[in-house]
Amino acid sequence: MSQTIAAAETAAGPTTRRIAVSVNGEDRAAEVETRLLLVHFLRQTLGLTGTHVGCDTTSCGACTVLLDGVPVKSCTVLAVQADGREVTTVEGLARPEGLHPIQTAFHEEHGLQCGYCTPGMMLTATALLAENADPSEEEIRWALSGQICRCTGYQNIVKAVRSAAAALREGR
Amino acid sequence: MYPARFTYFVPASVGEAVSLLAEHGDEAKVLAGGQSLIPLMKLRFAAPTALVDVNRIETLRGIEQKDGYLRIGALVRHKECERSDLLRGRYGVLGSAAPQISDPLVRNLGTVCGSVAHADPQGDWGSALLAANASVVAEGPSGTRVIALGELFVGPFTTSLEPAEVLTEVRVPDPGPRTGGAYLKLERKVGDFATAATAVQVELDDAGRVARAGIALTAVGATNIRAGRAEASLTGAEPGHEAFAEAARLAAEEAEPVADHRGDAEYKRNVIRVFVERGLAAAAESARAAA
Repeated sequence: MSQTIAAAETAAGPTTRRIAVSVNGEDRAAEVETRLLLVHFLRQTLGLTGTHVGCDTTSCGACTVLLDGVPVKSCTVLAVQADGREVTTVEGLARPEGLHPIQTAFHEEHGLQCGYCTPGMMLTATALLAENADPSEEEIRWALSGQICRCTGYQNIVKAVRSAAAALREGR
Repeated sequence: MYPARFTYFVPASVGEAVSLLAEHGDEAKVLAGGQSLIPLMKLRFAAPTALVDVNRIETLRGIEQKDGYLRIGALVRHKECERSDLLRGRYGVLGSAAPQISDPLVRNLGTVCGSVAHADPQGDWGSALLAANASVVAEGPSGTRVIALGELFVGPFTTSLEPAEVLTEVRVPDPGPRTGGAYLKLERKVGDFATAATAVQVELDDAGRVARAGIALTAVGATNIRAGRAEASLTGAEPGHEAFAEAARLAAEEAEPVADHRGDAEYKRNVIRVFVERGLAAAAESARAAA
């Protein structure tokens, strides 16, 4: 996908920069505006629209992605900061053989209604389970406390994470 | 929302960062965790034309116990503090504050030094570090200087740092083993700024009396403020309800709350009183347990 970038300069120099980011295991390079936010790089430059923009003010966590395996709010990271690093979005969760266990669990436990917060919730849950194979309900709620869901009351999200944890422990 | 245009620099050393800041003057900003700066740039409250990203400067990493003090480098994230065993016991006021900052995702990126340099009177680190009697190290074109935290905070979002200075680390003096601390924060929800919060550190002498108390207040002044009279009232005191209640009363007097959508001034003043008293009791308890 190509985009026209306005040539512009500040008194300090150019306002574009070439970056190379590993996104879902694929090397993606692009010339971007330095002010481009990571979420817009993913959605607009790469067309990966599974990452949602919610509040745009670092509050809701709908835009959460993994940066080198760590969940961050991609509306509050510059694309240029991701240069040379690894980003995982919801599109990177599924495996060739099918859905990731966290996706299966959100489906089976009905861990969503409208689905807007779901990509971010699943990515944070994935990072949590990578370092804690059997989190308690409290640990799950704590890990997800930077993300807002206005539909579910969180009950089924927590259930889904516990169910995914069990599935991963059993090697399913 | 999009930030205004800027030129982006990624220096590999503090010296290089200082040169860039010196070259671009007031128009440049340092980017560390970005969890305060990027939102400000998106809202166009800040529009630096040069952004100096210090995230690739290896010497700014790490928490370590050095001779007589704890060093927290400029790239140490809140999450690292939340998990560090060094920030327990005698540095407990810091370990207690860390998990209460914003939310887990912001803590994954935001830094201690960035928070201090941002100088938000509602910031949590400023108070925790004031109670712990901390200083910061700033490196600039004319060399390195150590600034006591109380001298750093000048006003809301304003510090005594020069435009070309980089805040490279926080230094927390070792208060000795018979020390405890606590950070108590009232927030409406996870991720909100404090309605009011208090940081306390209690250091006991060999006889079990208070050798030194550090008390600092969040969101009730133009900066994070130290409750100096409350601190002084505890020096040499027998730790207990009477001394703590009096210190809490004084701290509430020293608070300068203003009414806003989080509460009226008297409400916040009372939160300060209650939290200082509770915090002192908890800090003294852990100081005794360590002895």
